[in-house]
Amino acid sequence: MNIPSLNTVAPVSRRSLLRTTGLLGVAAVPAVSLLSACATGGSDTSSGSSPAAAAATSAANPLGVDATAPLEVYVFKGGYGDDYAKFDEAIYKKSFPKATITHNGIQQIQTELQPRFVAGNPPAVIDNSGASPMVLGTLVGNGQVTDLSDLLRAPSIDDPSKTVADTLLPGALTATTFDGKVMALPYVYTAYGFWYSQSLFKKNGWEWPTTWAELVTLAGKIKAAGISPFAYGGQTAPDYFMQPLISLAVKLGGVSTVTDIDNLKAGAWQSEPMQQAAQAIAGLVKNGWMMSGSSGLTHTQAQTAWVQGKAAIYPSGSWIESEMKGITPAGFDMVLGTLPSLTSADKLPVTALYTGASEKYIVPAQSKNVRGGLEYLRIMLSQSAAGHFSELTHAPTVVKGAASGQDFGSTAFGSVTKAISDAGDNTFMYLFPSWYPAMSKALKTEIGNLLAGRSDAAGFLKKMQAAADSVTADSSVKKYTR
Amino acid sequence: MEHGKYRIITLFLAAPLTLYGVFVLSPFAQAFYISLTSWTGFTAAQPFVGLANYRRLASDPGFWKALEHNALLLVAVPLVTIALGLFFASTLNVGASAGTVKGVRGAGPYQKLFFLPHILPAVITAVLWQFLYNPQLGPINSALDAVGLGSLKATWLGDPAVALWSLAAIMVWTGVGFYVVLFSAAMQSIPRDIYEAADLDGSSRFQTMWRITLPLLRETVQVAWIYLGIAALDAFALFEVLLPDGGPDNSTNVVAQYLYQAAFQNGQFGYASAIGVVLCLLTLLMAAATFGLSRRETIEF
Repeated sequence: MNIPSLNTVAPVSRRSLLRTTGLLGVAAVPAVSLLSACATGGSDTSSGSSPAAAAATSAANPLGVDATAPLEVYVFKGGYGDDYAKFDEAIYKKSFPKATITHNGIQQIQTELQPRFVAGNPPAVIDNSGASPMVLGTLVGNGQVTDLSDLLRAPSIDDPSKTVADTLLPGALTATTFDGKVMALPYVYTAYGFWYSQSLFKKNGWEWPTTWAELVTLAGKIKAAGISPFAYGGQTAPDYFMQPLISLAVKLGGVSTVTDIDNLKAGAWQSEPMQQAAQAIAGLVKNGWMMSGSSGLTHTQAQTAWVQGKAAIYPSGSWIESEMKGITPAGFDMVLGTLPSLTSADKLPVTALYTGASEKYIVPAQSKNVRGGLEYLRIMLSQSAAGHFSELTHAPTVVKGAASGQDFGSTAFGSVTKAISDAGDNTFMYLFPSWYPAMSKALKTEIGNLLAGRSDAAGFLKKMQAAADSVTADSSVKKYTR
Repeated sequence: MEHGKYRIITLFLAAPLTLYGVFVLSPFAQAFYISLTSWTGFTAAQPFVGLANYRRLASDPGFWKALEHNALLLVAVPLVTIALGLFFASTLNVGASAGTVKGVRGAGPYQKLFFLPHILPAVITAVLWQFLYNPQLGPINSALDAVGLGSLKATWLGDPAVALWSLAAIMVWTGVGFYVVLFSAAMQSIPRDIYEAADLDGSSRFQTMWRITLPLLRETVQVAWIYLGIAALDAFALFEVLLPDGGPDNSTNVVAQYLYQAAFQNGQFGYASAIGVVLCLLTLLMAAATFGLSRRETIEF
């Protein structure tokens, strides 16, 4: 592959005043006051130039990019690094040699970029990710991000007869669709389930089960072999067990089980499939199959115990391979096990898969170069850019077939791409934690209680239903439906 | 001359007062104004809603629970820290065997050792204790096992009954060193002859502590209580790093964290500012009450 020269891209480091105040380090009251000091110093945002005015479109420039407009790109520099973005920026530079591209790989997305929004001068492209992203729902509610329908309708780079939307995997845009409009582009496709070591299973003659009853038998055998069957990190991420719980429920009761929950339908949490799924998970706790002390571990500590062989099965998304790189011993061979079927009468096949999409890219509506931002996303969604990303990061993208048939020498990546293709259109996810932050908080607390044995299945569902009901009753919370 | 003096004073004070006004007072005023709006944090406009945020705060169980945790910390942390600080300081300064007025042997290095935790950044402290509290591999549970106290082992940060106290213990550990130094300095300024006189009169070490040292340190202890009280009402950095979601069953959520969640997770900067204003008032109230309740005539020596 001919990789374009990278030295045209000058890394610019911006450090805002907010960053230096060190939010974590100072007392809460002064911190908020300082923040507001900056926040209210901005200009009137309504007087921005009109970024919607596009240059003429052509086959080579379907989005009407102003070839001379500078493009500012902010990438979250975390587990995936930011090298992949330099590759994409170089392609942009090739198409528009007169444009100046500013690349920024940063960690504190919210701290550095929120003041730019208040000042009415946000950059063209932001990877709104990491530990402190800006709340997407709030940005959308304030009309601060560009509706991506122009991008999705545009011809794709590799095959102009297909639109960009046609090239994406099913469910890729579900999480970022607000009232029918796609407001952000998640780039990384994530598969969720139970993870295990292929070599450990092979050594003991264990097979990944397809029914819950088989999983229960297997867990008994694992325990008898002196290994904890399951682990979780109760201190920071007890909600990692929610994707397995919902997966069981959705396979049993169909996708409406989870859409009803997202849509705040009365009694959705206490539906029959949810009760059976919650009882199944509570059963693992009751049998003493959770690694002891899990409730007082961070997810990193729990995952470390898992790769050290102290626990056999760990719930997670497919980022876990890169997250544990350097700690996972050679020959561990982690693979994704999709959730088994709860009953023989399940509505969805056992291959049905909980998928998510992360690294949510946005194009701020007040940016001076909205069209350029959209074009940059179109470049990211080309087969070569997406394939390059997967090669660098061992993570699949939302682009169909960009890394098909390859495993880049990784059992994890191979198992994830296989699970995605086996699932076909049977993918699902929940959205309530990102729509309703209060429910995200309640979920972490209540599933923590369930996994530590402080509450039972019925108690867990009752508390979650109460949290949903209080969101329903709160008129100040904007409601979404899917 | 008088006229010129005031002009010079004004001139010299203008710069610092302006800085103070711009960087301290005006943000406070702005935070108060924002608390009267429904600002989300991302727009230039800040819709005015009057006292609605404060009314909501009054009936928000999440806020009251967080406040309850702060109240527990406000009592426990200063009490234990000051008691330990006084104990160590008197041991290091007047703790040697009867007949002499000096500290135990090797007091110098101890003092430095005590101070060490205080200079660690909160995040480092948190990471360190994360390791110590690890229920499986952590030294605390291992040590309890080793000395046959295995029944006292706990899931320190995962059990709602102990999590808040596990965090409070870290706050005490961090604070003690500084107050040992502070109290030591104050004890050094107490005339030695008072101690010698007490010693001649046959006063026990506890009596000396209770009847001589403590009354003479009253003002220092008062200041210590206010500092520790402010730390207990904040407690943000440590708590947010160790238990970012409010701890097991919400047992460790404190007001500063609740404020952070409102602002940065829920996008409610107006509401968060109202929480901030209340927290600020409570802190001032605590400081005023501490001074008011413990006002006595200053003893001069």
